[in-house]
Amino acid sequence: MQHDHEGYWKATLGLIRNVLIVWFIVSYGLGILLAPALNSIHLGGYPLGFWFAQQGSMYVFVALIFIYAKLMGNIDKKFDVHED
Amino acid sequence: MGLQGLTYLIVGLTFALYIGIAIWARAGSTKEFYAAGGSVHPVLNGMATGADWMSAASFISMAGLIAAFGYGGALFLMGWTGGYVLLAMLLAPYLRKFGKFTVPQFFGTRYYSQGASTVAVLCLLMASLTYIIGQMTGVGVAFSRFLGVSNSTGIFVGMAIVFCYAVFGGMKGITYTQVAQYCVLILAYTVPAVFISLHLTGNPLPQLGLGSDLAGSSVSLLAKLDQISVDLGFAQYTTHMRGSMLNTFVYTASLMIGTAGLPHVIMRFFTVPTVKDARASAGWALVFIAILYTTAPAVAAMAKINLLTTINPKIMTDNNITAPDAQIKYAERPDWMKRWEKTGLLKFTDKNGDGRIQLYNDKSKDPKFAAAGWKGNELTVNKDIMVLANPEIALLPNWVIALVAAGGLAAALSTAAGLLLAISSAISHDLLKEKFMPDLSEKGELMAGKIAMACSILVAGYLGLNPPDFAAGTVAIAFGLAASSIFPALMMGIFSKTMNKQGAIAGMLAGIGITMLYVFAHKGIFFIKGTSFLGLFGGKANFFLGIEPNAFGAIGALVNFAVAFAVKNMTEPVPEDIANMVEQVRIPKGSGEVTGAH
Repeated sequence: MQHDHEGYWKATLGLIRNVLIVWFIVSYGLGILLAPALNSIHLGGYPLGFWFAQQGSMYVFVALIFIYAKLMGNIDKKFDVHED
Repeated sequence: MGLQGLTYLIVGLTFALYIGIAIWARAGSTKEFYAAGGSVHPVLNGMATGADWMSAASFISMAGLIAAFGYGGALFLMGWTGGYVLLAMLLAPYLRKFGKFTVPQFFGTRYYSQGASTVAVLCLLMASLTYIIGQMTGVGVAFSRFLGVSNSTGIFVGMAIVFCYAVFGGMKGITYTQVAQYCVLILAYTVPAVFISLHLTGNPLPQLGLGSDLAGSSVSLLAKLDQISVDLGFAQYTTHMRGSMLNTFVYTASLMIGTAGLPHVIMRFFTVPTVKDARASAGWALVFIAILYTTAPAVAAMAKINLLTTINPKIMTDNNITAPDAQIKYAERPDWMKRWEKTGLLKFTDKNGDGRIQLYNDKSKDPKFAAAGWKGNELTVNKDIMVLANPEIALLPNWVIALVAAGGLAAALSTAAGLLLAISSAISHDLLKEKFMPDLSEKGELMAGKIAMACSILVAGYLGLNPPDFAAGTVAIAFGLAASSIFPALMMGIFSKTMNKQGAIAGMLAGIGITMLYVFAHKGIFFIKGTSFLGLFGGKANFFLGIEPNAFGAIGALVNFAVAFAVKNMTEPVPEDIANMVEQVRIPKGSGEVTGAH
């Protein structure tokens, strides 16, 4: 039985790259690098940069892991390497 | 019933619960448990991971640090949660597929050498031991308040209990106890936060309360906190950064990759049945962790407001905070201050002899403090007591205060036990049995493990009396050590088919070596006071681009990667069967078959 290992690995790395981009933008980008600039915008009583750093990034992290798990499951099925 | 009696009762009840569950779970079938935890629901498994993960540093120390650093405290929040994204994507599924049960075993096989495994054991011991120092600091704080004794006595009592607990818990090793501990610690954390949020903002959800207006006014809580921080000479709460932006960036990175490199966290993902479950279980773990971590910033900000208004009631209503009668009289201080004074973690010195408490930033240049006759800050509050003292400061009912004590102990004990297990198994199994004494009997192995545990508790307790930093700061150093050694080598083992043993070993040694050098230069050799050697580097603290030693792990990790690839290119290529094995590890199919590998 010959699977398309290369195609599978390429798809996997592509997904990891995309998730890491979002992960980086939300935490290091909006939470740290751009935080001082974002603080002039307010979300309720929160300065926005402060909100990303102390609340928002964590909500995004949780969502990212579940999205990754779901999409990875799809890739597994597509390349027929899933477990049963 | 008085507070002391109620505390004994609630702590006693939770301990009885853990022991009861331990006995009940053992009565089931031990074999089933070791058979990769197939019977444990992923949600429960997530709770157990949460309890294992959330330590004294998370529970007791973190909110205090956020309160002190303000915005800058976010690096702990993002660092200790963002690492789970890395763990879920880069390590957990592949290590699960690999089918080894400890991290050194992975190194021994993937890098086809006992040497790589031994180096991994040493890195693991260094990181775990440092981590336990942080736990002992936290345990000391919790026990000293709980028993009304000095901090040092608290640490000695804690050492004894952690030892009994680890030996006991180690033999049973059950997920369900940790589920119960998670429930206790999360209740203990969120109940006071809900009360305080309701009281201050009228919003029961602390996550929303932090962004709400103060009850009965149109000023937001954070804006008010910004203002009173500045009034008292501190930096603005919502913008104050820890060191430079680069330092914040590197510190966060160090905690994130450290999270993904800590053996006792990684080990939890070896026990799920499939690769698919390994991916999702990281998500569930993070859900339960995030409940505490998103509450922590609210606890921090609200505790700070409550503390400052207790000492200086005028700051909320009028701006004349330096008025002679603005601060409370020491003789009329609230009961909670008297209780914490006994532990030595809260100290008052009447520098200007007016019998009142001045709490402010005495490094501030603002002339109004000197004009008011203030001769320096008079109240020192240990950062680690903020969470435990918070319900007392907010005058919450006694049962809440007792519950928080129980939660703090649950957090510290569950993590200390997990770490001690990682240490004892590394020494007795990965080091002694695999390398030095292959003939060691099972009984001997168990004995060696217990001796290793006892020694680590003694060392950690001794250093805990003189910790290199606050609980969370010490733990950050541990994460730095894991980040600079274990994480890069694990990643290269999966994502690079060509990484060979020479590269991995050289990388780990270089990464942890340079990190230890930087940390020891600042904090003393093996954290022993007076042995720091900053003098060698011109006596300048944070000499590398202004980066703190606690944050240096990320730099160590970069060095690790660079050295590993350089050495790899100069030495013989990886054997073909290893390259094929890496190829297999990347494919989920067939993961059920490797569970028995050991």
